[in-house]
Amino acid sequence: MTTQAFLQVIASGLLMGLIYALIAVGLSLIFGLMDVVNFAHGEFLMLAMYATFGLVFTTALDPVLLAPLVVALMFVLGVAVYAGIIRFAMRAKANPGMVQIFATFGLALLIQGLAQYFFTPDYRNIANTWLGGKTLNLGGVFLPWPQIFGGAVSLAVFGGLYWLITRTDFGKALEATREDQGAVALVGIDRNRVFALGWGLGAALVGIAGAVLAIFYYIHPQVGGTFALIAYVTVALGGFGSIFGALVAGVIVGLVEALTTLILPASLKSIGVYSLYLLVLFIRPSGLFGRL
Amino acid sequence: MSDTPIISCRGVTRHFGGLVANDSIDLDVRRGEILGLIGPNGAGKSTLFNLIAGAFPVSAGTIAFDGRDITPLPAAKRCQLGIARTYQVPRSFDSMSVVENVTVGAFVRYAGVLQARAKALDVLDYVGLGNYADTSAADLTPPQKRRLEVARALATEPKLLLLDEVLTGLTPSEAAAGVDLIRKVRQSGVTVVMVEHVMEVVMPLVDRAVVLHLGKTLAEGLPRDVVRDEKVIAAYLGDRHRAA
Amino acid sequence: MSVSTATSSMTTFVAGRRRQLIVALVVFALIALVPRLVSDVYMMNVLILTLLFAALSQSWNLLGGYCGQVSLGHALYFGIGAYATSLLYVKFGITPWGGLLAGGILAALIALALGYPSFRLKGHYFSIATIVIAEIGLLLFHNWDYAGAALGIQWPFTPDSWWTLQFARNKAPYFYFALGLFAVTWLVTFAIVESKWGYWWRAVKDNADAAESLGVTIFQSKMAAAAISAFFTAVGGGFYAAFVSYIDPDSVMHFRFSLLMALPAVLGGVGSLWGPAVGALILIPLAEFTRSYLGGSGSGLDLVIYGGLVMIVSLTRPEGILSFIKSPAASRAAT
Repeated sequence: MTTQAFLQVIASGLLMGLIYALIAVGLSLIFGLMDVVNFAHGEFLMLAMYATFGLVFTTALDPVLLAPLVVALMFVLGVAVYAGIIRFAMRAKANPGMVQIFATFGLALLIQGLAQYFFTPDYRNIANTWLGGKTLNLGGVFLPWPQIFGGAVSLAVFGGLYWLITRTDFGKALEATREDQGAVALVGIDRNRVFALGWGLGAALVGIAGAVLAIFYYIHPQVGGTFALIAYVTVALGGFGSIFGALVAGVIVGLVEALTTLILPASLKSIGVYSLYLLVLFIRPSGLFGRL
Repeated sequence: MSDTPIISCRGVTRHFGGLVANDSIDLDVRRGEILGLIGPNGAGKSTLFNLIAGAFPVSAGTIAFDGRDITPLPAAKRCQLGIARTYQVPRSFDSMSVVENVTVGAFVRYAGVLQARAKALDVLDYVGLGNYADTSAADLTPPQKRRLEVARALATEPKLLLLDEVLTGLTPSEAAAGVDLIRKVRQSGVTVVMVEHVMEVVMPLVDRAVVLHLGKTLAEGLPRDVVRDEKVIAAYLGDRHRAA
Repeated sequence: MSVSTATSSMTTFVAGRRRQLIVALVVFALIALVPRLVSDVYMMNVLILTLLFAALSQSWNLLGGYCGQVSLGHALYFGIGAYATSLLYVKFGITPWGGLLAGGILAALIALALGYPSFRLKGHYFSIATIVIAEIGLLLFHNWDYAGAALGIQWPFTPDSWWTLQFARNKAPYFYFALGLFAVTWLVTFAIVESKWGYWWRAVKDNADAAESLGVTIFQSKMAAAAISAFFTAVGGGFYAAFVSYIDPDSVMHFRFSLLMALPAVLGGVGSLWGPAVGALILIPLAEFTRSYLGGSGSGLDLVIYGGLVMIVSLTRPEGILSFIKSPAASRAAT
């Protein structure tokens, strides 16, 4: 195996890893904020991809331009899901953990079913985008432009999140609510508002990922499932609630997945990631940077 | 009564981060006595209590039960050996009935459900909750929940019963009934260690008192001697809480 | 006074248990009459699958509902049972009865081995780990040539016989087997609920620390739950293989089976004796009918109905549908 070929694998693993991190961070944020795992996260991603597809179809604009609109739509979706569903799930006194799991799982099935019904199971993809199908040649290493874009966007998003959480009032409210849900009411922070905005933000983040993925990935009702498990693994590996953890874990997952293809057939590429995940969790039950 | 202390703490230390909650405590609990563990807020009573119960491990030192080193043993194992405890804020199993709650404890000694349940019913009668056997635990009044805590612990047939502020916040008549129960328990041969704040009730009840202050033992002896100890008075006054 | 209260409480208790048992036996006997009334092959298939999933969900419920460990990876054990039974029969000629037992034991051992590290994981971490483990299993079987890899295993066509558990024309024997499996899982649950483990599981679910202070050794009882649950799930998988006579990784180890085993319990009432059966009675026929009559699984409507149902029940009545019917005291005792 040539150095170039090896670098190729590393580079694409790194880029994909950054994208995985982007997919996962919304999930981690929501959990860190309110102890709820959104098992419909994959379906959110799927909806964002379809939204991008639909907008491209109707406006004939490039996904790169439409991404902000997709993000806005997803934000609204996140808030709506919180207000209409999650808020009630959190009130459960009996088996709260199980209620959340199955309420969001039910939602996932519902969204999948609706997507299948309205969009049909056909695979779709967006043709003729600015970045689609083009690669950058860096000294013999070929990097697809959509993935480069995705990686760059991911880094920008993490930077933005860092700024949001440490420098803005909303960010501080997020952190405060995370630390002590009960006490924040006493300082005038409306818990419901923070949760709703948190869900909006979480959905918006996965919306960015969806818009990016739509550039180069096939879109179909089950596509959420493909990425969902990677997202859960990434979040759990990084530690639920840790944004930095999501970034680090995402990159690790991307790299391990890519490196696994060097030793195992492509159909088994996930085994490397899954095994690593299990190994880490059995040694460190709360993930790399989690607090449990 | 055998001479080996039922509990023997040597150099027991526990810190939480930078805070030293228990600092090299030596303590013996005599078989069959009622021992009061008292002291102002932050003295380290609850910590020592939890260390003996096995809720968390010591940072240093040893604890022996009946002559046997139990320092590394977890709470469940200590219960099997004969140490039972209650919680300050009652932790009843709310999805179960009163008798089912107590049956959980009885299973340590009785394998079959019929025997365990029979034992549970006996214990409920003993503590005075016999008529509430099939009531849901969640529906009990707070003093009743305290009794349930004690009943559950007693169902494990302990040699040592650790009571965590079991008399705090009760009305005088409720407290008097509680004191009667504790005396009855001691009479049956169980050693009792109580952490308490309510001095007026506790002092007439306990055989011996150990006063903790800032993580160390400050004084120890008969209640009437301890309350007149100058160091004890100073420690409590410093906390705006007078010994009776 | 106190003696008679104690005695009457005990008598009520024993009488209550006896009543539950008799009701169950009557229900089983009634269900056994069904094959005489139903001749339509399609209906029989649906009913057999309903009974099978009632049994599977009942086993899942031991670990998930009573013990509180929500496994979303039970498809692994189902698949192990299916493959063990199929391989032993097709490659070595061993009767499926032996295969079922072997598969069950194998699954139980694997559950113990996996339980050892995974029970340290809390809540969602545990559930996700179970999904990942089952995925690994699925991927491995997809690539295991000895077991047919993606092509799977086909059972040879043989004449009807109880020895090979193959009945081509009259499906009634499959029905009786599935009923038997359900009855066994129900009885096992019934026995465990009022036993040391049953009490310990409920105690841990309510308040783990208090339970520990009462001598409850959580870990061992979870391991026991996992092993028993895995055993019966694998037996169900082995039966399924005999029933459909052809298996491949996606048909027995896919994630949707994990959901299909958990959802009936959630719907009917987690931690209740009849909850999984009631849930299965609703979900399985629903799945089959929507699949056949609503234009196949391509339409997605079955998912819409499932998903919607699960959501509504989780949000409005997390104790499950059965709690609408039972009196508050009874449902509290069962939860």
